[in-house]
Amino acid sequence: MDFQIAMLLGQDGVTNGAIYALLALALVLVFAVTRVIFIPQGEFVAYGALTLAALQTGRVPATLWLLLAMGGVAALIDGIAAARSGALRKLPGVAGWNVAYPLVLAGLLYSLPLESLPMLVQVVLALAVVVPLGPLMYRLAFQPVAEAPVLILLIVSVAVHVAMVGLGLLFFGAEGSRTPPFSEVRFEVGPMMISGQQIWVVMASVVLIVALYQFFGRTLYGKALRATAINRNGARLMGISPALAGKLTFFLAALIGALSGVLIAPLTTIYYDTGFLIGLKGFVGAIIGGLGSYPVAAAGAVLVGLLEAFSSFWASAYKEVIVFTLIIPVLVWRSLTSHHVEEDE
Amino acid sequence: MTTSILEIRDLCVSYGKVEALHNANIRVGEGQIVTVIGPNGAGKTTMLSAIMGLLDSRGELDFDGKLRLAPEVEDMVAAGMNLVPEKRELFGEMSVQDNLLLGAFQRYRSGKRDQAETMEEVYGLFPRLKERREQMAGTLSGGERQMLAVGRALMAKPRLLMLDEPSLGLAPLIVREIFRIIAELRRRGVSILLVEQNARAALQVADYAYVLETGEISMEGPAQALADDPRVIEAYLGLGGKHQDMLAT
Ligand SMILES: Nc1ncnc2c1ncn2[C@@H]1O[C@H](COP(=O)(O)OP(=O)(O)OP(=O)(O)O)[C@@H](O)[C@H]1O
Ligand SMILES: [Mg+2]
Repeated sequence: MDFQIAMLLGQDGVTNGAIYALLALALVLVFAVTRVIFIPQGEFVAYGALTLAALQTGRVPATLWLLLAMGGVAALIDGIAAARSGALRKLPGVAGWNVAYPLVLAGLLYSLPLESLPMLVQVVLALAVVVPLGPLMYRLAFQPVAEAPVLILLIVSVAVHVAMVGLGLLFFGAEGSRTPPFSEVRFEVGPMMISGQQIWVVMASVVLIVALYQFFGRTLYGKALRATAINRNGARLMGISPALAGKLTFFLAALIGALSGVLIAPLTTIYYDTGFLIGLKGFVGAIIGGLGSYPVAAAGAVLVGLLEAFSSFWASAYKEVIVFTLIIPVLVWRSLTSHHVEEDE
Repeated sequence: MTTSILEIRDLCVSYGKVEALHNANIRVGEGQIVTVIGPNGAGKTTMLSAIMGLLDSRGELDFDGKLRLAPEVEDMVAAGMNLVPEKRELFGEMSVQDNLLLGAFQRYRSGKRDQAETMEEVYGLFPRLKERREQMAGTLSGGERQMLAVGRALMAKPRLLMLDEPSLGLAPLIVREIFRIIAELRRRGVSILLVEQNARAALQVADYAYVLETGEISMEGPAQALADDPRVIEAYLGLGGKHQDMLAT
């Protein structure tokens, strides 16, 4: 292997690592706030990419139907609950977000000339369809069992993942899609060729990480999520409901996932089930951070990206094996160095 | 008789098959300090948790003139009720200032933006917290944690403040400080429901008092009358109380 190949692999590794880092952060966040190990994280990557691909071929993405259906069910449940407890003033909000928003979006998608829209608008539309699925998923699948032990939450998480992969096949078919890059620019840096899309991925990841850091450090809602992660009961007494924290967290996780999907769609062909493997690599990063430390998780994820790139050169048939085997020494090391963390009371 | 801010009727709470609170009736008048005293395990914390909506309960609860059915904690906070829990439940890995700020979360959510002023008022009551505002809550001393817990609840500008043993484990000097602040809060128009082991101090500051024993209200009356009742003196103001008085002077 000469220097040039090493640089090329390193470049691939960092690009993929940036995406894994985003997903790792989302996984740590979701676990900290809700104790859910978020297996469906990867599905948001696939849904985001494939929804964008559908829009670019001028089709109304089938994920819209999922949004309408989930919104309808959530509105029904919340509406009945609000009516029962006499909290009628909550009804407009419930109907607005769960029913009116998806309908307005459907109206837009059916009336706009989708394939001829600027790419940025297509991206925004794709996110507008996919991201709200996150909070709805929390409302329907996790909120009813929010107090359950971690293992139950994990089982629900696996079930949701399987359902989403199945729906993905139904919505998008078995063929994969690849979208055109955001920009055709290429830079020559010494012996390297860096594509504009790779720069987009890394830059967008960095911007998103900085934005998240600001959100958690400076805004009251960000602090409220951290407070929930630190002390659920204390947070409730401040009026931060677990349901609100859960929905907000899943919103962020879905946003990170869908945006990751949109970013990598031009770099690799995405299939309905590609998300799982991508999410799993973010998960390895998150595990390196012990599902608790954001910076270590992000660094671990970049390491996963690099390891993957280099092992695909030396032993491409084993690249997944090598990446996932990384978990074992990490776990051994962690079990030796870290104290045992009690499960949430 | 003043209008009541809180009224519970026949409140019952069970842990599984064991009933920890049985047909409790309590009224807190607007602007009053009402105290509930009783031995360990009587059900005092249970009662406050049920009122706050943290525990399922049977019975009726009126707050601020409205009947609340199966209250959710968030709704009660929004309605102006606040609990300083026995375990304090601070956010240990966050600064004193952030803990206080989060106390105003519900107000912020409903569009009120007076957090900076409220925080200055809280710092006025607890100058110690202001000195330590950058410090992590988890590293505060016991007394400072207590102050932070009370200050954080005050950030919500509650109409009814419920305090679960605010003097627990504190040196006599700080106990007096805490009771001074409780009296000061009443002067500012906050109604207070106070649960205390330190019966002497509680009866001194309160307008009305209840004695809770093994899940049932066994006595009630104006705080002064209860403080003079021989049964109360024997059970709650006996040697222990006098002893504490001696220490305090
Ligand atoms: N989660 C629980 N599960 C089962 N029993 C409980 C639970 N919480 C409290 N209890 C029991 O209910 C009874 C009342 O408890 P509670 O904490 O309300 O007492 P308390 O009056 O606050 O006592 P203290 O003065 O010691 O704080 C006790 O016998 C206690 O063991
Ligand atoms: Mg107690």
